[in-house]
Amino acid sequence: MKYLEEYRDPEIARALVGRIQRMATRRWALMEVCGGQTHTLVKQGLDELLGDAVEMIHGPGCPVCVTPLEQIDKALAIASRPEVIFTSFGDMLRVPGSECDLLAVRARGGNVRIVYSPLDALELAIAHPDREVVFFAVGFETTAPANAMAVWRARQLGVTNFSVLVSHVTVPPAMTALLSDPECRVQGFLAAGHVCAVMGWEEYLPIAATYRVPIVVTGFEPLDLLEGIAMAVAQLEEGRAEVENQYVRSVRREGTLPARELVDEVFELVDRKWRGIGEIPLSGLGLRPAFAAYDAERRFSLGHLQVNEPSECRAGAVLKGQIKPHQCGAFGTRCTPMSPLGAPMVSSEGACAAYFNYGRHRQAATVEG
Amino acid sequence: MTGTISLPQGLSCPLPHAAIERVQLGHGSGGKLSAELLGDHFLPHFSNPVLDQLGDAAVLALGAGEVAISTDSFVVTPLEFPGGNIGALAVHGSLNDVAMMGAVPRYLTAGFIIEEGLPFAVLDRIVVAMAAAAAEAGVTIVTGDTKVVERGKADGLYINTTAIGTLERSFRPAPHRATVGDAILVTGPLASHGMAIMAVREGLAFEAEIESDSACVSPLVERLRAALGERVHVLRDPTRGGVASALNEIAETAGVGIELDEQALPIPGPVAAACEMLGLDPLYVANEGVVIVIVPEGVADQAIAALRAHPLGVGATRIGRICGAHPGMVTMRTGIGGTRVVNMLPGDQLPRIC
Repeated sequence: MKYLEEYRDPEIARALVGRIQRMATRRWALMEVCGGQTHTLVKQGLDELLGDAVEMIHGPGCPVCVTPLEQIDKALAIASRPEVIFTSFGDMLRVPGSECDLLAVRARGGNVRIVYSPLDALELAIAHPDREVVFFAVGFETTAPANAMAVWRARQLGVTNFSVLVSHVTVPPAMTALLSDPECRVQGFLAAGHVCAVMGWEEYLPIAATYRVPIVVTGFEPLDLLEGIAMAVAQLEEGRAEVENQYVRSVRREGTLPARELVDEVFELVDRKWRGIGEIPLSGLGLRPAFAAYDAERRFSLGHLQVNEPSECRAGAVLKGQIKPHQCGAFGTRCTPMSPLGAPMVSSEGACAAYFNYGRHRQAATVEG
Repeated sequence: MTGTISLPQGLSCPLPHAAIERVQLGHGSGGKLSAELLGDHFLPHFSNPVLDQLGDAAVLALGAGEVAISTDSFVVTPLEFPGGNIGALAVHGSLNDVAMMGAVPRYLTAGFIIEEGLPFAVLDRIVVAMAAAAAEAGVTIVTGDTKVVERGKADGLYINTTAIGTLERSFRPAPHRATVGDAILVTGPLASHGMAIMAVREGLAFEAEIESDSACVSPLVERLRAALGERVHVLRDPTRGGVASALNEIAETAGVGIELDEQALPIPGPVAAACEMLGLDPLYVANEGVVIVIVPEGVADQAIAALRAHPLGVGATRIGRICGAHPGMVTMRTGIGGTRVVNMLPGDQLPRIC
């Protein structure tokens, strides 16, 4: 397939792996920020190919995984209301809330639908003027422009039965929070290419300078990742800590200005809790007062929600890169994609699900056994 | 259709005579409308000597050997999709199930649950497609049933079919016969059916329309039987859950390991593109006209040649092998040279956020 196979060429991959192994004088610990990158690494077995040269620590960039339990519970409460058509991206449907998930709400009679774009949710609202259509606006900076566009369009068209349950998060504050943790082992970052396609990479300059870490804006195909890793290792070996751009075919220094302007018009920075990590100041996006009418949390009085996080789930340690998924006691036994305790076991971008689905634990057991 | 059809005489209430465009509840009443439903919309297409008896049950002669029988229900939305419709699918699905046992499909039963309001134009197209699919496969529809339910109690039309096939003692492929050293083949391109349905359902448009691969695969089975006989160890149609789920079941049943080669998987370009866009793995996407064939490595080329001699099997190719390592587990050599496990999925694949 054009524009994909070029980035999956096994010979170039082998050459890049060789270059990384020759460069590395020690085993460096790099974090790939985005869950999409984790998915590729584990699915293609790149972490295994890199052997002793690089340890990949899987970062918190899975929007499904970090959406706080309170927001999931709010989604469940709203989706259960008879007047509501609740719309969401597919992989939010199986994320466990305190009591159940959106699939269970649907089985009990809730009108829960998968959409591929928030604009499809807006179309639903126009088609069903007698219903309240709510879209679960989650994700990083990547999904923020489309979500902002849906709200902006709703206002422009005067659609009043459309609202969004917002749980947007942003990457740079999370990287800063990770680096501020004394237990942080991350020596360099692969920044999320799609996030930077929207936002550009200037906001990473102070992080690289303050914490003396190389940051390489990296794409999602196998060769992207290997090249990004090679660039980060080269910086570490040479004692540099700069922001570099591997993903030049998509990312410009300033990002995509119309998208940034739209996000800025609709959203403002707010404090946001991250599931498994805790509250990070100014790490989320919330609707600006001018768009408050489209805020589902205001539209539906939800009362106080008592949230119950399973105590056994170590998603926080996984999301901070402190443990690998299979090092959690519940992994693969009490926590599986069939009955997940935590969100990283749900989304295909979650590190736990990637390890489970692509069988890292089973491979390990075979080798050891 | 079986079932006593006696036309009630002397109805006091006049029936509507205006052209009826859609199925009404009355078509399930057992009365005159029911008789019209059968007589006008089913029997002309399905007609054969057994069915035309219209007895309470079909009477069949099956010979002295054993028979294979399989039933399946079809609830696909939309009812019509590129490359087929629910009717053709319902015929192919059950016939393929008995073919996977090595049986020659002979007879089919068909049950219809019709939602009030289904346009007759749609029903007719579906019935015509069923009749054509059955005729092409050389099977006859020997008995059936129709029910009409109120609007909202079904999704247009559900079809149940049961296929009956006759078996030969010398040709009994079965999952437990997968043996270390065997080659794993597929008879054609993968994941077309599931992505065709997904594309229509989600209103996704791609450069090239993706068509369902829905087809009766018994001609392929017949060629394998003629060429290799009992050396065909396993036949499996990777429908729901796709190739990954079918191979996991085989690995589990036979207690063997399976190694796939990602670069050998025949995924058509538009299907691969659609999967990439939606974040779906084609290994888990349904097929309706493809067979997984497991044979000893020594006869694999012969099997591929036999399959390619039929139009349905021109895409036949080797995708992996049965190994002694990691019993019960399916692994894959990735395009880039790594390895990974190919697991069973907990439920449907869910499209990713970004």
